[in-house]
Amino acid sequence: MITIKNLHAKVEGKEILKGVNLQVNAGEIHAIMGPNGSGKSTLANVLAGHEGYEVTAGEVIFEGKDLIDMPPEDRAREGLFLAFQYPVEIPGITNTVFLQTAINEIRKYRGLPELGAKEFLDLMREKSKILNIDSSLISRSVNVGFSGGEKKKNEIFQLLMIDPKLAILDETDSGLDIDALKIVAKGINVFHNDKNAVIVVTHYQRLLDYIVPDFVHVLYDGKIIKSGDKNLALQLEKEGYDQLIKEAAEIEA
Amino acid sequence: MANSNKPNIKDKYIKDFELFESKLNGQSKSYLHSLRKTAIEKFKSAEFPTLKDEEWRYTNVKPILQSEFIPAANAGEITPSAGEAEKHLYTGFDYYKLVFVNGIFQPALSDIDGITGNAIVSNLGSLKEPELQKLKTHMESIGDSDNAFNILNKAFSVDGAVIFLPDNFILDKPVQILYLTGNEKSEILSSPRNLIVAGKNSQAKIIINYQPLFDVKYFTNVVTDVFTDENAIIDFYKIQNESEKAFHIDKIDITQKGKSVVSNFSLSFGGALVRNDINVLLDDEYIENHLYGLYLATGTQHVDNHTFIDHAKPNCESNELYKGILDEKARGIFSGKILVRKDAQKTNAFQSNKSVLLSDSATVDAKPQLEIYADDVKCSHGATVGQLDMTAYFYILSRGIPADLAKSMLIRAFANDVIEPIKIAALKEQLNHQILQHLHSKDF
Ligand SMILES: Nc1ncnc2c1ncn2[C@@H]1O[C@H](COP(=O)(O)OP(=O)(O)OP(=O)(O)O)[C@@H](O)[C@H]1O
Ligand SMILES: [Mg+2]
Repeated sequence: MITIKNLHAKVEGKEILKGVNLQVNAGEIHAIMGPNGSGKSTLANVLAGHEGYEVTAGEVIFEGKDLIDMPPEDRAREGLFLAFQYPVEIPGITNTVFLQTAINEIRKYRGLPELGAKEFLDLMREKSKILNIDSSLISRSVNVGFSGGEKKKNEIFQLLMIDPKLAILDETDSGLDIDALKIVAKGINVFHNDKNAVIVVTHYQRLLDYIVPDFVHVLYDGKIIKSGDKNLALQLEKEGYDQLIKEAAEIEA
Repeated sequence: MANSNKPNIKDKYIKDFELFESKLNGQSKSYLHSLRKTAIEKFKSAEFPTLKDEEWRYTNVKPILQSEFIPAANAGEITPSAGEAEKHLYTGFDYYKLVFVNGIFQPALSDIDGITGNAIVSNLGSLKEPELQKLKTHMESIGDSDNAFNILNKAFSVDGAVIFLPDNFILDKPVQILYLTGNEKSEILSSPRNLIVAGKNSQAKIIINYQPLFDVKYFTNVVTDVFTDENAIIDFYKIQNESEKAFHIDKIDITQKGKSVVSNFSLSFGGALVRNDINVLLDDEYIENHLYGLYLATGTQHVDNHTFIDHAKPNCESNELYKGILDEKARGIFSGKILVRKDAQKTNAFQSNKSVLLSDSATVDAKPQLEIYADDVKCSHGATVGQLDMTAYFYILSRGIPADLAKSMLIRAFANDVIEPIKIAALKEQLNHQILQHLHSKDF
């Protein structure tokens, strides 16, 4: 699905990613953990094509295509989706208009006919049911006046509507109460199948109780310093990052 | 020829007036013409503003003065078809319709069936003596705020929209006033004079829609007076969609009495050189005034917005929000003055002006002014200039939406707090669409 090799990236002159290597295959769920400021969101943004980040070395191949010089809208059309850590409010643009525009632009790119109003509404109804989203929320402007939890749910709603190949979820579990967490996890599990893949960025094991990862990676200071299976997350939950960071420093030295 | 040897432009308009007058025959003794005569006399000693005038320091009117516009009353009449007029109307809701071509009323294209009682929804040119009697007190003066353009309007104003609401009259539908301007054969001066008088407890929603009949150069020079008596509620939507080659100078004077509520929207899309003046006098207690402004400009468009709110009495509230979006080499100006007089205790006055520049060559000048002589008041003002929100831009792109549409969505988002308070849903929707369509440049 996606192959990331020796990825280096800068923001405002400062190097944040310092050689990330990662391989994600169809059907897999990967969790990326790591202390605050280690570069997790930077990695997610770089993959989605944020222009504020400059890739200085390395390559990213997504479904056989080089992503580095591809504009963000084309990455989305190729099937990459980023659920934002801080979803953005867009006053005056309703969720309906926003999603219908997005979906039809993606379909146009793939040579598919646009979705008609009826098909689109049916799809909205189906997906919003999975997430228990009130239809009044959908008719409102994108994320405007949404609670923190509602914004995160809305990201997963967009994920289900757009149905990409690779979903990168940046701390979608942060700020959710336990019921909302279960609903979001359910949404991710409904989305996931053996043809697509998920990268979840998270600080907490509690999400991984519901979305069981095939691999867990620890990102620290712009590099993946350790990879393992789901037990690595359990270990981190107990012991924190200190020991791992020390070990990594020793190897470096 | 545009050189300094040509006759003075003022002399030209004075001659135009003589020609106009010579064709009036019987009407030259009418009340309306006596007003015009007063105006032309005043015009003879008036001077057009220059960059040296503080209130005009950002707007050079030379391009207007170097053109020899023909007052519409002296030019041949053109009558567009109903279908042509229809294309320029905002639709999807019921409204009374007053249509003007080059500032002259078109009864065949208008529709005011159903206006009852003593209300007047009509045009200046066809007012009868008893109707004029009701309005005279609001028509006679040439005020201190009149500059040479405004006086010129009053000299050539043969027509314009007139709305008179008697006490307790609630207009059941909005009025849409359509000004279609332009003539393929000559450069036209259109001089609409609009008058809105709202009696005690009356209510109305009024749309004034300025549109080109032809995509040519012309000059719309408007004066609009609005008077609201106690407890009246008036929503006034001015939507300026003139030709990209046109000049548009508009002065709106609003005088409010106790507890009346005026929401004034000034939405500016078209025009090569545009000047919008709004003067509000809060002449009583417990008045509410809302001024919403939106100006979108691109190419070499020049849009100058001037507002003046005079808090003359205590316990009033004014709320002003202007937003500008400027692309390419467009230039925007916002000058907003709030005067709180000594008597006007417990005044609440808020003003905000925000602009975004979509290109490096676009410019904006903001000049907020607070002048406060009362001590127990709450006033604030602020002006910001920025770019579109890049995080939001990335968010929209990351959903597969193309750059130009993403940008339009952000512009719509930026304009939201000016558009959202519009109370006519179908109008709001069409304005949304217009905003999304308006600016097209590829990158920013
Ligand atoms: N646009 C930016 N401008 C300046 N510094 C930035 C920018 N984006 C990220 N950084 C810096 O890069 C580093 C990594 O940030 P990033 O957001 O990727 O961390 P993170 O791992 O996602 O942290 P968290 O767990 O707190 O979300 C931080 O030091 C941050 O301050
Ligand atoms: Mg982060």
